[in-house]
Amino acid sequence: MNMQQRNVMEYLDKTVKVCPDKVAFANEDPSNDLTFGELYKRSRSIGSLLSSEGYYNEPVVVFMKKHPNAISAFFGCVYGGCYYVPIDEEMPKFRTELIIQTLKPRIMICDEDTVEVAKEMNFEGRIVLYSDAIKADIDDIALQKIRNKQIDTDPIYIVFTSGSTGIPKGVVACHRSVIDYIENLSEVLEFNSETRFANQTPLYFDACLKELYPTLKFGATTVIVPKSLFMFPIKLVEFLNEHKINTVCWVVSALTMISSFKVFERIKPEYLTNIAFGSEVFPIKQLRLWREALPNARFTNLYGPTEATGMCCYYKVDREFELDESVPIGGPFRNTDILLLNGNNELCKEGEEGEICVRGTSLTLGYYNNFEKTNEVFVQNPLNKIYPELIYRTGDIGKRNERGELLFVSRKDYQIKHMGHRIELGEIEVNVNNLNGIKTCCCVYDKEKDKIKLFYVGDPEVSEVITTLKDKLPRYMIPNKAEKLDVLPYTPNGKIDRKKLSTM
Amino acid sequence: MDDLIKILKELHPEVDFESCTTLIDDKILDSFDIVTVISEINEEFDVVIPAEEIVPENFNSAKALYALIKKIEDED
Repeated sequence: MNMQQRNVMEYLDKTVKVCPDKVAFANEDPSNDLTFGELYKRSRSIGSLLSSEGYYNEPVVVFMKKHPNAISAFFGCVYGGCYYVPIDEEMPKFRTELIIQTLKPRIMICDEDTVEVAKEMNFEGRIVLYSDAIKADIDDIALQKIRNKQIDTDPIYIVFTSGSTGIPKGVVACHRSVIDYIENLSEVLEFNSETRFANQTPLYFDACLKELYPTLKFGATTVIVPKSLFMFPIKLVEFLNEHKINTVCWVVSALTMISSFKVFERIKPEYLTNIAFGSEVFPIKQLRLWREALPNARFTNLYGPTEATGMCCYYKVDREFELDESVPIGGPFRNTDILLLNGNNELCKEGEEGEICVRGTSLTLGYYNNFEKTNEVFVQNPLNKIYPELIYRTGDIGKRNERGELLFVSRKDYQIKHMGHRIELGEIEVNVNNLNGIKTCCCVYDKEKDKIKLFYVGDPEVSEVITTLKDKLPRYMIPNKAEKLDVLPYTPNGKIDRKKLSTM
Repeated sequence: MDDLIKILKELHPEVDFESCTTLIDDKILDSFDIVTVISEINEEFDVVIPAEEIVPENFNSAKALYALIKKIEDED
């Protein structure tokens, strides 16, 4: 890692000199291509505009449709010494209103498609159009002054995660944690200047860091996949081939959409060699289909909470798995440490389950204007009694296998006590997932009625599922109620919406 | 055809599926709807829609989708 680097935009400063005419960010329409030269120019115009109007070290809401232009607006905020807060027209209105209330931002950057919606919002500040902002004169001296006074713990973005209380929490990340993440992620996934990413994840989560900053660092290329293609698996693969995509970092559900419709019998992603996935457990059946279709590709499982900047653990798939196994989350990136702490705040012994806690530079700064919630999870390392040192408590339960690999067991909150037994709902799910004809499933626990509810997608009827499960699980782990659904509900970031299921 | 309209209506009661021909173009159906519709069709009509038929043209209108179902039924 380059220890001199203090600012994420140094990646772009360097790359623009190497390949100014190469396409950095693109989508399905070639007229939207942004070269590194154009990206650099536009970002610095936006930064200059923010500076000339007196905005500094404060949140700038970027409310634009998913487009290469939105990415240049993010970087513009960073050049201006501000931090970007992406919001999106897909987000429910009540959520964007809550975000605005939390931030009380003074300025918002919009495009022609969003500006009318923005005017209707409960927002008092200035609305600037992207198409105007990129016309601003570049003030090299002002931008240099900003660069000189910024330090690497200054914030660069805020993304919002759902809060258990219903109010989204704004996770604030700084230059240093993002640089640390990008350096170590790039080393593990072996990105280089030839890397061609297909972006799937929304720009308003930290998941897209995996494409955005390595693209700058290496002079690589990211193509934004139109959302509609995730309905049409063959067209999706055709798109990957047309754009010669060799690298994807997608949520598991986007990958299994391709494998479960038997698309590989018709068409394969010809150029794809590097597949990283995360946010969900990859069903082994589907992973096998992928590995059979692309035997020479590298598959990497990524794990990490937004609060520790993107991902913090990885596992390179290097062996076959049995259907009742799950893919390990492996171990931490370099310069990150994972502590597995048991209920007594001691390190777990081999095989013992405990909370996954993260230690290191990768920790974000905490939740915006919410010291109470921040202090609940960013806490003093209980193993260190001699100087201040923060760890982030993920609320995820993990354990180490006999190989020393870290395994994700469940969320802390999915651990239940039922009929006097300690039960991990994840264990029931693994067993259901492995039944013939099951595509996916989710278990929730109704505490009031002390009932385990199973929701699944697949062919077998409820009675068949329950009967087969009785052969696999102790009686007390058999769901009290099972329901077959056409599709499980998902949250906007692609995770199974357990909250919604628990109300069904 | 009525059975198909019923499946679609359950997802989006507000849409006039008899006349609408832009279900995909106007983003009325999203990816979760498509997965649901494919699965419902499988149950209701005992028809498996193969991956190569999961294309926008076949999902833009109830009429097109019904024609697809008939085509697959005839091939069987």
